[in-house]
Amino acid sequence: MVVDEGWSLVPINPRAEVTQARILSNRKVGAYHHIAFEAGEIGRYAKPGNFIAIAVGGDFSSMPLHRVFAIYRAKAEGIHASTIEIIVAAHGKGSEWLVKQSEGSQLRITGPLGTSFPLPAEPVNVAIVGGGYGSAPLFDLADHLKTRGCRVDAVIGASTSSKIFAPLDGKRTVNSVTVTTEDGSAGVQGRVTDVLDELIDRQRIDLIYSCGPMAMLKAIDEVAQRHQISHLISVEEAMACGIGICMTCVLPIKDSKGIVKMTRTCIEGPVIDSERVLWSKGIPEGTWGAP
Amino acid sequence: MSDVDLSTELAYAKFENPIFTASGCASSGKELAQFFPLTELGAMVTKSIMLRPRSGRATPRMAETPSGMLNSIGLQGPGIDLFLEEDLPWLLNTGARAVVSIAGESVDEYGALSRRLRGVKGISAIEVNISCPNVENRGLVFACDQASARAVIETVRINIGGEYPIIAKLSPDVTDISLIAGEVINAGADGLALINTLLGMVIDSETLKPVLGGKTGGLSGPAIRPVAVRAIYQVHAKYPKIPILGMGGVTSGGDALQLIAAGASAVSVGTASFGDPLAPVRIKEELASLLEGHGFSRIRDAIGVAHV
Repeated sequence: MVVDEGWSLVPINPRAEVTQARILSNRKVGAYHHIAFEAGEIGRYAKPGNFIAIAVGGDFSSMPLHRVFAIYRAKAEGIHASTIEIIVAAHGKGSEWLVKQSEGSQLRITGPLGTSFPLPAEPVNVAIVGGGYGSAPLFDLADHLKTRGCRVDAVIGASTSSKIFAPLDGKRTVNSVTVTTEDGSAGVQGRVTDVLDELIDRQRIDLIYSCGPMAMLKAIDEVAQRHQISHLISVEEAMACGIGICMTCVLPIKDSKGIVKMTRTCIEGPVIDSERVLWSKGIPEGTWGAP
Repeated sequence: MSDVDLSTELAYAKFENPIFTASGCASSGKELAQFFPLTELGAMVTKSIMLRPRSGRATPRMAETPSGMLNSIGLQGPGIDLFLEEDLPWLLNTGARAVVSIAGESVDEYGALSRRLRGVKGISAIEVNISCPNVENRGLVFACDQASARAVIETVRINIGGEYPIIAKLSPDVTDISLIAGEVINAGADGLALINTLLGMVIDSETLKPVLGGKTGGLSGPAIRPVAVRAIYQVHAKYPKIPILGMGGVTSGGDALQLIAAGASAVSVGTASFGDPLAPVRIKEELASLLEGHGFSRIRDAIGVAHV
């Protein structure tokens, strides 16, 4: 169904670099902040699904660890410049600091990191499913899918309307947008999985891309399996480095030989074929090297 | 770049410069090699390898703390066979110097690991990690007990022969680190790695439960730097001829120089790489210009200078 364009799922992004990025704009969008950076060459080589790692707290920071963000949009600007845009939900000291940074601030950014979404070889019917700001990387993906002649239907869900991230130009990219909120403050009351079955049948969906919390991805995967369609996910595990050296962001994932390993989702993810994922917490029995 | 002679040695192993990675903070090199040539480092210290593959502990494995972090990775790794088959040859092929770190669950395992390493070409030194706090049984922290620490180093010495310098990595979680240092030196250690992480814990103020899957974890980062400086200073004062690989929250050239002045012959950069992949190279450059500013023409003259 999908083709791997050379290195979209290859571990360790060969284009990663460290750069001093400058904030071009920082504005509030609903419950989130939309921050745009001038980011060296990172935006030139970023692919949908890649992420960046940001050093937070400034020169005398007491926060030694990277904060990681999915790339919302990336584009090359001229010969040696590019821009990167991210969507930030401020929920801790590091992200609170980040959303307070003003235009012109310089930050150290590492990227593009991680795997990216492989694209279908043929024009097929695609559903993109995002939870909260997990929808951010999916609109750029939708753009690429549309270029390939795919039909793209979006399902965006959150607990409440302010946490729905569905920008106008993103909505214009896709063929349809269905919004779900748990409190019913926007769109259909319920969860993304409440509308997905019907969408899959109605649009004859061949392939699902999803991004959001693990519980949501698991629920979507149950729907995908029921309809026997391919499902590519982008996970949001906690990371300390984002570059493969801290061993924090691991999930039990099957390798190409079917062996379950605690796998770093920063270098072998965040985009992973859901077939490889074990939807269990902790270290499943039989995991390579389990106690 | 300055003209300062940065070359240093740990026992009979010589290195072009004193900035190493820290074991467990750079895997086996492939990931950082994306960002700079590993030959820029004095040496790559590989993640402590065990006899068999190991999944490590359940997540969450990390909690950021003020100027530091707790980790409870639990020695996840491929085991010595795959390490020797794939990771080490890859690393040596880059031209980088390799210090191989080993960890065992028993004295016999350290012996078996040493026998596997004997005769392996290209290794510069062996770091014997007897102080990882992320083990189910705290009794496994050999470096917290004089007799256990001695037994491990004796076994490694016997099994590895005289091929490579043995560097024993010690825990600061002891009453008198110089007593443990004395034991491992008498048992045949050629050098010491000071310090491993300190055992710590964070409790979530909402759930009122430990944040880490493993409940406790190892504290690293700038928060522990003064502990590292103190431990290195104490041990160097008692054993001035024993080379020390210093580590603990080094984030700048000035931090590295503190550890060197306390008595370290080389310095490992660990947690700093998590928030800045280029940290080891930057620290090396900063250190060189600081040494020059202090009027040192070679780093060797700065080692232990705080004692004079």
